[in-house]
Formats: sequence, C-alpha cells, structure tokens
Amino acid sequence: MNKLNLNQTTIASCRKYAKQIAQDVIEDVQLFSTVSVERSVLRLLGIDGTDAFDVPLVNRMVDEVKERGQLSLGISRYLASALKHSELTLTSFVEKYQKQKITLTAFPLIDKDEVDQVLKPYYEKTFALLENNHQKRLALKTAYGQKEKDLYVIVATGNIDEDITQAKAAVEAGADIIAVIRTTGQSLLDYVPYGKTTEGFGGTYATQENFKLMREALDELAIKEKRQLKLVNYASGLCMPEIAAIGALERLDMLLNDSMYGIIFRDINMKRTFIDQHFSRLLNAYSGITINTGEDNYLTTSDAILEAHTVTASQFINEAFAKAAHLKEEAMGLGHAFEINPHIENAFLYELAHAQLARECFPHSPLKYMPPTKHISGHIFRAYEQNTLFNVAAKMTQQNIHLLGMMTEAIHTPFVSDRDLAIKNAQMVDQSFASIYEEIEFKPNGFIQTRAQHVLGEAHTLLKKIQKMGLFQALEQGVFADIKRKETQGKGLDGVFKKDQDYINVILNRLEVVLNDR
Amino acid sequence: MIVKPYGDTLNDGFVQISFTLPLPLDEKAKAAALQVALQMECVDPQIVHAETIGENFSFFVIYCKAKAAVSLDSLKVIEKPSHRLSQAEIETHLKNHFDRDLVVIGASTGTDAHTVGIDAIMNMKGYDGHFGLERYAGIRALNLGSQIPNETLIQTAREEKADVILVSQTVTQKDVHLKNLIELVELLEIEKLRNQILLIVGGARITHSLAKELGYDAGFGPGTYAEDVATFIVQNLKVDK
Repeated sequence: MNKLNLNQTTIASCRKYAKQIAQDVIEDVQLFSTVSVERSVLRLLGIDGTDAFDVPLVNRMVDEVKERGQLSLGISRYLASALKHSELTLTSFVEKYQKQKITLTAFPLIDKDEVDQVLKPYYEKTFALLENNHQKRLALKTAYGQKEKDLYVIVATGNIDEDITQAKAAVEAGADIIAVIRTTGQSLLDYVPYGKTTEGFGGTYATQENFKLMREALDELAIKEKRQLKLVNYASGLCMPEIAAIGALERLDMLLNDSMYGIIFRDINMKRTFIDQHFSRLLNAYSGITINTGEDNYLTTSDAILEAHTVTASQFINEAFAKAAHLKEEAMGLGHAFEINPHIENAFLYELAHAQLARECFPHSPLKYMPPTKHISGHIFRAYEQNTLFNVAAKMTQQNIHLLGMMTEAIHTPFVSDRDLAIKNAQMVDQSFASIYEEIEFKPNGFIQTRAQHVLGEAHTLLKKIQKMGLFQALEQGVFADIKRKETQGKGLDGVFKKDQDYINVILNRLEVVLNDR
Repeated sequence: MIVKPYGDTLNDGFVQISFTLPLPLDEKAKAAALQVALQMECVDPQIVHAETIGENFSFFVIYCKAKAAVSLDSLKVIEKPSHRLSQAEIETHLKNHFDRDLVVIGASTGTDAHTVGIDAIMNMKGYDGHFGLERYAGIRALNLGSQIPNETLIQTAREEKADVILVSQTVTQKDVHLKNLIELVELLEIEKLRNQILLIVGGARITHSLAKELGYDAGFGPGTYAEDVATFIVQNLKVDK
C-alpha cells in the first residue's frame, strides 16, 4: 500500500528517532515509581474495598508506608512482610486492616528475596484471571470475527444504569464499541472511587463495579447480536495504572492511554505520566487490551493544517513507547482527527491526505479516527453534514476505530436519538462506499500526495529536533498543542519517588519476565 | 407587530420538531407522539417520520403549526455588547488611551476540562481566521488553561494586576457551571476585587442576559471571536488618557 508515494526511508527514519526518544525517557524514569503504580500492585494482588470513610484501602496502605515506612522499597515488601509475620492470609489481613486493627509498617521487613515467594500465590491467581480474560476475548473474536471498521460511540449520563440503557439502544442500532465517558475531573482524582455510581457530571465515575456492570450488559447483548461488543474506558490521569488494572480485571477491550495527553491537557507532571504509562502499557500488553492514543486532542487546540505534523510525530512516539512496553502494532489504536475548518478550500482533500498518511505510516495498527468537534457549533444541521464528510473520509482511508460525531456536539451530552442518527449516517456511508478503498488511487504529485509527503517531511524534522533536545525539553517548549509544561511542575509530582536499590515490585517483575519471553 | 414562525407563507406558523419516546415503535407510540405535540399546543401535527431506536425507543419527526404569536413591542431585551471593532481599530484605541498593556486573564474554571472556547478567544492562533488576544498589541493575555479553581484564578488576577478576567464554561450538564460562576463573583466581592476588574464569561450556553443576571459585566455565547470580547473590553474599561 503506497497510494501516497511516501518515501519509505523517511518513515523508517521517523521510527528510528521515535525509538530513541522513547528509550531516553524510559531509561530515565525506570529509576522511579509512583504511588499509583504501588496502588495498582496492591489491586493486582487482590486488594479492593474502602474504609469507613470511603477511602480506598489501597490508598490507605500506600499512604501509610509513605508516611511511616520507606515507600522507596516498594509496597510489595511491606505487604509480604506483614503477611509473613502476622501469619494471616491476605483476605484476613485486609479485613483487619479495614477495621484498623493492624498496620503494614509494624512488622520487621523480610528479605527482598522472600517477598516474591510470599506474594506469589496471590498474583498468580490474578495473572491466571487476566490470562483467562485474554483467552475469552480471543475466543469471541474467533467466534464472531473482526470487522474492518468498528463504530464507536460514547455514553455519558453520569448514571451507570442509564448508561446501560443507552449502550443497549446504541448496540441495537449498530454500535460495536461503547465508551463510558468519565465524570468531569476524575482524571485529577488521586484515587479510584468505589462501587456502583449513579451521580456524575458529564460522565460516569470509572469504578471497578461500573466496569463490571457494563461488561455484563454488553456480554449479554453480544450473544443476541452475534458480534464482538467492545468496552472502553480511560487509563489516563493520576490513576492511569489503577484504571489499567481494573480494566484488565473486568475484561475491558480498549483503554485510552496516551503517552503525553495528561501532561499536555491535564497538567499532570511528565515524570509521573511516563512512569505510570509504562507500567499501564505493560499491563495492557499482558491483558491483550488495545490502547487508544490521543493525538486528536492536539488539533482541538492547534490549527489542524499547520500542526498536522505534530500528530504524525506524536503517533510515532506513542508507537515507540508502546513497543517498549511489548504492545503489538495490532493493539495500538493510534489517534488522529478530522478537525480542519470546513470553510477552507479543499478542506476535505487535506483531511484525506492526513488520514491516508496515518494509514500508510502505520499499516498494521487499528487507527482511531475522531470526528469534528472544534468547528461544530450549535448548528446541528451543518454538524450532520460535517459528520457525513468525516464518515466518508474514514471509509476512503480504511480507518478502524471510527468514533462517531454527534450533531449536538457542544450542546449537550448526546441524546439517544443523536447517537442513533450518527450510527445510521455511518452505516449508510459504509454501505454506499463499500469498495471505495480498492477503487481509488491518488494522482501522482497531485494535491493529496504532495500534502501527505509534506506533512511526513515536517514530522520527520520535528522528530529529529525532539530526539536531539529530549522529550522533556520538547514538552517544556510547547512542541505539542502549543502548551508548555515544566518537568518540575504539574499535578502528581509529589507521588513520584526514586526506587531504593532494594526496591521490589512483584507485579512489574512478573510482567517483564512474561512479556520478554513472548 | 406580531411575529409567527415562517414556513413558506407569512404567518403560517410552521415548525419542525423531533423527539424520542421511551416506547417500542407501534401505533400506541405514534398516538402518544401526536399527543405530545398537541399538549405542546401544536396545531395539526403530522408525523412525517418515525423509526425505532433499539428495541425500546422510538424517534419522531413532526411538522405542525405553532399557536404562538409574539408581540414584538412587548419584548424587553438587553442589547448585546456593541458592534464589533477590527483588531487594528482595537489596537489603535489601546495605544491612544492606555499607558500600559492591559492584562487579560482567562481560564476554564472548576472541573471544566474543555478549553476550546477560551483557546479560541485567547490563543495566538485564535479561531476561524480571527486571531486571539495574545496577538493583540497592547494586551497581555494569560490563558491559565483548564480546571482552574476560582481561588487560583483570583490569586493570579491579583498577582498580575489583571484588568479583565475571562471565564469559560463549556460543560454544563445539570447546571454545574452556574454554581461555579456565582461562586467566582462572590469570592471577588469578598476579596474586594470585583469593582477593579472587568468580569466576562463565555461558553456554549452563555448569553449576555444570563451573565448580567449572575453578576458579570458581559457574557458571550457561540459564534464569538476575540474581536467581540476585545471591543467590549476597550469600550468598558476606564481609560488612562
């Protein structure tokens, strides 16, 4: 596939720079861990629940060690020591801990070598469950088949029961992927709320119980529909690794998991983000979860023509970080978007060039294509036209994870009818344009080829520049989305700590061993 | 003067409405849809399209005549901030009337993570060919970004000696934005800053009259460009010379 006559040497060179960029960051951050990574370790050992004040026990445990112990040794060490000396099973220990009858820091620390032995039965149980989830997902894929393009819609009522009603209507209309948007501001909470929730603003709390409820509802529908129905949530923000953990436990299929989104758009500290992200992605790789990256967001802030190359450059960087975490190309939903001002001459040709560029740079990855949002106003009829053009571009360039645009974008969270109209629109386009990809070629050196080659060239120059200065420096200079972030600032930095030479993380060790063998 | 919706003949009153009922699509659902229109005081409602959404919902498109007839003379409206000046006119005005750069601080406040609106008004590149305030000579524009607590916004305004605060509120589900907007006014009053600062709010669901009601100097809704906001600023700030 080379409809754009792209220079393959340039693409290979982009990959080389991106690989170096990611490696430099990972080498740097591997010396550190975070409170959220440690809390994920506890979750994956089987700890859940809250105390009498609704504080998750994993938070209380990590905070206790942070205050009264030495978290730089890793939470694994403390938990193993407490279990060994108290001679309690994990379940009994957690029960006592919940009632504040026992602490983690009251026991002498056991040897590092003993930690794994004590915790092994617990994490093996979890890993067996994750493996089982992975196999189940594969079995569904084999049974029902994988479509070339999945239609993706969001539900966002704030109430998980209502979300399920809406998801059901969307699936019956033809949606393949359901994303439950999180409540406004959840990305900045340094804990994962607990239990079923029915109150949220602009979205629904991501909790393990909510994940489970939606998973069950979709599983039931999948049997009836004889299709894979995929569930998505957001492993981003301050609890990125914990969401990855509960997502893996509840057999989500996809997680939003961008390498830089939190830094740029949520002002989360970059070190915290890269540490959390690497751990999350290892976990995603093990669990067979497809990640979705968030390059589309750059264009909601920056100009979609002038800054198109930042999307391409970021896709290469996201790919490199994902590869470093053993994710396969087939599990990387690289993001981009249809955000060009529709009043510009040839706007659609630019969009085609950009979308096809992503297709050809990442031929094995399921591209995540986002609908227009920036140039959508309250004019619902025009918005519907724009979404039709977007759907045509998605089909013409063989996109795979097709997020549907809502005609009421920027007015309210979608009505059940908005979603239905969006699905019908995409279905009509997909049917009318069924064989378009095989039918069309682009004129040699015409507008589209020239544009795509130009963007690739700019992305290459940018990657070279970033590799030279380092990604941290590039983020400080505001290379992406014109937003500048400092290495020493941003939310969550106080949750980052340097690992002691005796640090141990039984989950991380296990993930690395298994993934290196694959 | 009396005004009615216009279809293709003056005073025909034609309107189109669409809505969903939480019912499977059958004759009963259609009858219910017609009743909805009738109870909305629509005259001669016609269901021109009905289709099912999933198993338990039905979607309707209805044409009908509205009973409504509005007397324009009886309407009281707050006029929108005046006619838009161009960037050049605004810059000239700033140069002629101020000894210093005006400080404009903007933020999406509270839990709002959406910056499309504030970015369109403030960032260098602006929106749809209209440059943002950052590019204006005579204005120092500071865009604090998203999810800024009111307290932080006020503290920054004090430190930077702000002339103008621009607040953006996009996510408006369950009217969470109203509480947050009112709180900002109250905090500014407690801090004795309210009278020293031009306070402006923008967002998808903001109107000028709503803003006035909430205690703001102006409100801007969809379709606003940087020039609109800047025009209001230069025409409403006390000048130095």
